[in-house]
Amino acid sequence: MIAEFGQLALVIALLMAILQAVFPLAGAALKVPIWMAVARPAARAQFLFLAVSFYCLTQSFISNDFSVRYVAEHSNSALPLMYRIAAVWGAHEGSVLLWALILGLWTAAVSIFNRGLAEPFVARILGIMGLISIGILLFILLTSNPFERLIPMPPDGRDLNPLLQDFGLAVHPPMLYMGYVGMAVPFSFAIAALLSGSLDAAWARWSRPWTLIAWSFLTLGITLGSWWAYYELGWGGWWFWDPVENASFMPWLMATALIHSLAVTEKRGAFKVWTVLLAIFAFSLSLLGMFLVRSGVLVSVHAFANDPERGLFILIFLGLVIGGSLLLYALRAPAVKDHARFSLFSRESLLLLNNILLVIAAASVLLGTLYPLVLDALKLGKISVGPPYFSSVFTPVTAPLFVLAGIGPLVAWRQGNLAKLWRQIRWFIPASLIAAAIITSIWFDPKQIKSFAALACAIWLASTSLLPLAQRVHLRQGWRGLKQPTGFYGMTLAHFGLAVFLVGVAISNHYSTEKTVRLAPGDSAQLGDYRFVFQGVTEQEGPNYTADEGTFEIYAGNEKIATLKPQKRFYPVQRNIMTEAAIDPALSRDIYVALGEAMEDGAWSVRLYVKPAVRWIWLGGLLMMGGGLLAAADRRYRAIKPARQADTLTEHALTVKG
Amino acid sequence: MTPRQRRMIWVAVIITGVSLATFLALAAFQKNLLYFYTPSQVQAGEAPTGYAFRVGGLVEKGSVKRQPDSLAVRFTLTDGNAKVTVFYDGILPDLFREGQGIIAIGQLQPDGLFKASQVLAKHDENYMPPEVADALKKTGAMPTVDEFKGANR
Repeated sequence: MIAEFGQLALVIALLMAILQAVFPLAGAALKVPIWMAVARPAARAQFLFLAVSFYCLTQSFISNDFSVRYVAEHSNSALPLMYRIAAVWGAHEGSVLLWALILGLWTAAVSIFNRGLAEPFVARILGIMGLISIGILLFILLTSNPFERLIPMPPDGRDLNPLLQDFGLAVHPPMLYMGYVGMAVPFSFAIAALLSGSLDAAWARWSRPWTLIAWSFLTLGITLGSWWAYYELGWGGWWFWDPVENASFMPWLMATALIHSLAVTEKRGAFKVWTVLLAIFAFSLSLLGMFLVRSGVLVSVHAFANDPERGLFILIFLGLVIGGSLLLYALRAPAVKDHARFSLFSRESLLLLNNILLVIAAASVLLGTLYPLVLDALKLGKISVGPPYFSSVFTPVTAPLFVLAGIGPLVAWRQGNLAKLWRQIRWFIPASLIAAAIITSIWFDPKQIKSFAALACAIWLASTSLLPLAQRVHLRQGWRGLKQPTGFYGMTLAHFGLAVFLVGVAISNHYSTEKTVRLAPGDSAQLGDYRFVFQGVTEQEGPNYTADEGTFEIYAGNEKIATLKPQKRFYPVQRNIMTEAAIDPALSRDIYVALGEAMEDGAWSVRLYVKPAVRWIWLGGLLMMGGGLLAAADRRYRAIKPARQADTLTEHALTVKG
Repeated sequence: MTPRQRRMIWVAVIITGVSLATFLALAAFQKNLLYFYTPSQVQAGEAPTGYAFRVGGLVEKGSVKRQPDSLAVRFTLTDGNAKVTVFYDGILPDLFREGQGIIAIGQLQPDGLFKASQVLAKHDENYMPPEVADALKKTGAMPTVDEFKGANR
């Protein structure tokens, strides 16, 4: 029964989404207040029914209801409870339901936190979000129904892919989707603003905290995904330029451009048209990501389904969303006047440069991701684009970003002073180079020019990102200088996090060492400063697997510093073999051991890695996320008085008169 | 500076940036495209030597030969029509098995041996790399779903 309840709740949610889209949009166009008033209750009801539906699916997993096809295909009675719950979004149908639920959550949040926004504007935003929701819910109900029954009911389920039986599955997809789907909010704001014709600073101010929060989640989701892939796949890498990773990275690049461009629009009233376009692109790329992952055109650990019907549906949906919004943009944007003037050297110009670089970076990733697909679809041959493409294009495009991020906050709006900037930063250039030289020559090899340059960039960015704060403290002579808006601290923290990330990339990419060896029990292998002693393999029983567990003692000199127990697991339900790497983590370095294959006489092939500073990569991601949240918490966004809104949002004035 | 001049400078900057990026991208593309060949194409001499590409097929049963004291391994890939012998020195993926569809990336040696730098198999018993599936369909060697599952069970 519970599955039928879930299905019913889903249908009601769809009806609510239709109400939420049709009446408010029509009401805003025809100026019928009572129609517009439908928006909020419909949005909240939609979320409620989505939550019920999601709960029903979760309950089916918890209670091992294998008469539900989706449960039978992706769960098993021996699966531990935590993974049974996470398995709800472990495959296609459930993950789309999670997508819809999170869209409902964002919509409900917009319906609550909108104090001071003009009523027609709220109606339009919620209406647009309702339209998106209709698309997704139709997609679920028509092509990917998770509540479909399976008759006859199998005695047990086919189990969750062992690769996904991990804590990572519990956190990575929900956080990533919060970010992906969160891009629907600035998108809806942008479309609503285009519809109403009131593209102004107030619109940007409203859009900004939402965008920052969504961006923070996206950052966290990607960071978690990278960390998960690192320890789960057993290859020691943290980013593979896999098309599915790219699918999440492109919206992130766009969203990063968007938060910077929104800053200009809010503070200076410039770039309005461009900001709207970025908001459209960011959400379109989120949807494109969903198409790539869900349609089966890509093959990877993330690609669950191979159903052309689904791909076609998403492609049409994608076409409607992108086509529709770009058409609206083409019709409305030319009427928007950008009055703001700024000189060639100003913070506006630097932020524009930031935007151009980020968009180019996103475009280069898009090219490398889509080109093989297009070629294949046109039957022009099967190719793939290797990671070297991405690194060789990406590095030169993004390198200036790291340098500019340190300068941008030091330059004044409208008219910067090049001489003054030079006085501020001149010592930072030799200082960064010297610091990088010292660090690499003490611990690493300074002759690796690439990593030296990247490290110098990182030190430059870390120090210059703190410079504005130091200046303010100096200016106010003491702690009162620390009293800055949280938005300022958010920016500082995010830029500092970017530097920390870059330190991790610079050091771990260039100074990691690895070795693939064949070890018999009692053998040892030396890698860098560490000696790995293999003590043999024992059998272990897991809850739903059996494992060969190796024991490795790690010595630095004569001192034993860790015992690592990597596993080779066998999951009998799917007859799958899984490598479970063992890691001794530290900020300075990770020691990483993964079992390969069993050879004769108890010997094993083994992968050994020493990865210096690899944790800094994810630490940097977390700091960036923290910076985004801090910026979103700025008082300025909460303290908007309704009266001031009435002045700026022409819509409000219209309805008051009408 | 008039707004017009300022705009022109920005347009110039953008065009330079975009063309530079395009140039970089295309140059990198040229070097990093990996083409896919079937064993039949390799045997017919269509695949290049001295240039990395991907080859895919089923691992022929009984063809996997390991060297006793190292990680080096040799096996035969087939699409039902033709065969390619692959040499690989390293750890094979978890799901590498005889009868399984896999993809190898590497270079063809003048003597016809394919020296792989990477061997890919997927974490799904029913999974067949699409390129391999296409190649097998062409030669009629595609196992039916049941056979394929049976081979793995």
